[in-house]
Amino acid sequence: MIKRIFTLVAAIALLAACETASTTDSSATGSTTSVATSGTSTASSTTAATTSDEAADPAEVMKKEFTKVGTTVLFDFDSSQLSDYARRVLDRQAAFLKAEPAARIILGGHADERGTREYNLALGERRAAAARDYLVAKGVNAARIRIISYGKERPAAVGSNEAAWRLNRRAESMLN
Amino acid sequence: MMTGKLSITGKLSRTGELSMIGFDNQSLKRLMARLFICLIALGLASNANAQSQRLYVTEGQIEPIPVAIADFTGLDGVPSDVGRQIAQIISDDLVSSGLFLSIDSAAFIAPPASPDVQPTFANWTPLGAKGLLIGSAFLDNDGALQVEFALWDVVSQRSLTEGGGSADPAGLRRIAHQIADFVYEEFTGDTGYFDTQIVYVSESGPQNRRIKRLAFMDQDGHNHKFLTTGNDLVLTPRFSPTASEIAYLNYFNDEPNVYLLDVITGRTERLGSFPGMSFAPRFGPDGTKLIMSLAEDGRTDIFEMELATQTITQLTRSPSIDTSPSYSPDGQYIVFNSDRGGSQQLYTMRSDGSGVRRISFGEGRYATPVWSPRGDIIAFTKMYRGEFFIGVMNVDGSGERLLARGFLVEAPTWAPNGRVLMYFKQQPVSDTGEGGDTHLYRIDITGFNERRVVTPADASDPAWSPLLQ
Repeated sequence: MIKRIFTLVAAIALLAACETASTTDSSATGSTTSVATSGTSTASSTTAATTSDEAADPAEVMKKEFTKVGTTVLFDFDSSQLSDYARRVLDRQAAFLKAEPAARIILGGHADERGTREYNLALGERRAAAARDYLVAKGVNAARIRIISYGKERPAAVGSNEAAWRLNRRAESMLN
Repeated sequence: MMTGKLSITGKLSRTGELSMIGFDNQSLKRLMARLFICLIALGLASNANAQSQRLYVTEGQIEPIPVAIADFTGLDGVPSDVGRQIAQIISDDLVSSGLFLSIDSAAFIAPPASPDVQPTFANWTPLGAKGLLIGSAFLDNDGALQVEFALWDVVSQRSLTEGGGSADPAGLRRIAHQIADFVYEEFTGDTGYFDTQIVYVSESGPQNRRIKRLAFMDQDGHNHKFLTTGNDLVLTPRFSPTASEIAYLNYFNDEPNVYLLDVITGRTERLGSFPGMSFAPRFGPDGTKLIMSLAEDGRTDIFEMELATQTITQLTRSPSIDTSPSYSPDGQYIVFNSDRGGSQQLYTMRSDGSGVRRISFGEGRYATPVWSPRGDIIAFTKMYRGEFFIGVMNVDGSGERLLARGFLVEAPTWAPNGRVLMYFKQQPVSDTGEGGDTHLYRIDITGFNERRVVTPADASDPAWSPLLQ
């Protein structure tokens, strides 16, 4: 149980980091909002009660909803084994994709910096493929998922320490 | 005395011509042979150390050869501007190898005569000079650069080599590098490597959104230019055997794939289209083939591509990660890294994919093997107990020697003479994104003379060109 909570906290930190990373012009307001969003997602996953305020761009709404499901799964060092926690995140992603039959995702595979560039590209691909295979096994059409490996090129967390490396060994789903 | 062309002479295709006259000199060859035996002995000594203590990083000691390099003179017999530049470039090249010491010209007893007059050796022996390089360089009435040089063995008081030629002034640095190569060859017995270029990845921006561009420069860092804009992520450039093309990984349209870049025209071409990602390219020794990895469905295998037809042949078939392939210089073998045995290790196979054999058995993980242009050893990256190392081993995996270490050192590439390695070093990054400095370094394969290669911005993934044509 303690371990699970820790993973959840890590995932939240990660979400914040990802959001910052993907914002093209990371203005201060932009990153604050995304942190707030991931904050709500904790609330939603524990209390299952959220209200989305205004109906904005439907694509943005869908993105927000998908973020709540959990977009990122983490891996052990040099491993592409899905943990129980990762499987639950992917279960929710599969359910989301079944409920939104038009949605397609890009699954990015990543590695920490403690490996060589080319091997890490292969490792990132293996992680993305592991997550994709799980979604497909849960009934998602493989044609809706594109995988891409970034190796160690796009860390979610900056820093040369175990905490950052842990967050960077990941497969990250994004709505396409 | 015998006259004749030296091996890499006179092919300044783009900028000019430099022709050479070489002189055979038995006594010097013997001297060189002795020096060489001395170098080999040093190498063996450090090798023995490495075996008794696995993580010993070799640090060889070599007595540099003192040479006097006089400013090249103009028609009036006094040093010319171009002559000073040429002498400086030659001196910098030779000193950078760690094998030479350039005697300060302030110590010269008398200015040297013109290159066609025998020097007064009594003026040079007291300085301890083993070699004396003198030359002339000036711009003629048509604006062409005219260069002549003569290299003397001060000890035996004999001419070693001399030559000259004319060139476009824009080729001044190349002419100087070629002369430095001739000096290097006469005194070490090895082929020179100064008339070469480096392609690498220039890095800028925050750690999580790094902008990476292909960049290109002479081996001494001059004539730097960018080859890509930075709009697309690019990685792992590698030269073709003629240095006219570069194979690299390009994320254009978010589809990572191996591309070819024509250095002269700047044209790029995607090499084939695959269901998965293609990466880790390296040319075969004759330039007609390229090996790379294709990743699909979580497995990465090695494929060979016939460049003329873009047909591919699969060389490895395993559910593991097989990547970073590199041909032996005769094209008969391939070394690569694979995790098929559970952890990342080095393997060799014949270039048709048969006869796979694990060669690395030391502690830790092994990666990025690159076959030496001499064929006898393989350079690699090793990861052990949280540190990274650059090392070399024999092609059967014996005789491992570690040359450089750091928080992250990676991606060795060979100078064309197999004597010097270049790689990159990355410093750790703090939580706030400070640090992470990433620079190119080079080191003599005996493990001494590690030097930073200066680049305008952070730099990684170097590839050393062959000697230019």
